[in-house]
Amino acid sequence: MKSLAELAAIKEKMQNRVVLREGSSNIRVVVGMATCGIAAGARPVLNTFVEEVNSQNLGDKVTVTQTGCIGICQFEPVVEVFEAGKEKVTYVKMTSEKAKEVVEKHLKGGHVVEEYTISNI
Amino acid sequence: MKELSLNILDIAENSVKAGASEVKISLEETDETLKITVSDNGCGMKEDFLKSVTDPFTTTRTTRKVGLGIPLFKMEAEQTGGSLSIESRHVELYPENHGTTTSALFYKNHIDFIPLGDVISSLVVLIQGSPDIRWRYTHTLPHGEVSLDTDELREVLGDVPLSAPEVLSWISEYLGEQYAEAGA
Repeated sequence: MKSLAELAAIKEKMQNRVVLREGSSNIRVVVGMATCGIAAGARPVLNTFVEEVNSQNLGDKVTVTQTGCIGICQFEPVVEVFEAGKEKVTYVKMTSEKAKEVVEKHLKGGHVVEEYTISNI
Repeated sequence: MKELSLNILDIAENSVKAGASEVKISLEETDETLKITVSDNGCGMKEDFLKSVTDPFTTTRTTRKVGLGIPLFKMEAEQTGGSLSIESRHVELYPENHGTTTSALFYKNHIDFIPLGDVISSLVVLIQGSPDIRWRYTHTLPHGEVSLDTDELREVLGDVPLSAPEVLSWISEYLGEQYAEAGA
């Protein structure tokens, strides 16, 4: 059974790292989470990004956040990737599988997955 | 929506947008009915807006002139023979106790009842997106109860944010175990 003691252990482990993380992440992944995004399947996409960023230890350089309606509802779920000094990349019609690929190739490898971007529609 | 838990996520996002510091999501379930209530202490709505809020052509968003969140939720409740109600107290009139409560009643045995689905996943998304809000969740089932209060977690966590991935997966497992015990 999960206990609050276990949570306290997580805290111990985290505290040292939190300081490092502040301000050092330079990639921001933004998932559209309005009615349109949610209905189109944004929830698993967001959760996949959070899980993959964690399991691949990318937490120091990648932050995953949510936003409202981006205005291109027909292309939801939409994911925007902002990176310092680079042009914004907009991924459209995302799924969990595509999210994993984006983590692997783009966030980790530095190569935009062109076939999922809006310019490829 | 394919799951009512997605509507819960969507409706609770309105509370986030209303600047709430506390959001309570409660599910009361019997063998026949499911009542979903989302209540917050956000800015509330003025009477005119409240009257038109179930109209799809009423919205707070600026990118489009339609908002489907509440109309969809209402339709999904009504198609089971249930109903939706919203009460709201706007901050200007009620500076002390403003906020909004949205409540929907579903008849579970109706053929058009949409399953609740993965409510844990919705809660994790809400906490991830707004870790500073006090989220209170209770789900009363015919044979048990599942609950979460992020203030209790925050007490243990101190300045470690609730949105930390390790914390989120703990929350997810914690709720999962409670559901297993409640026989859901």
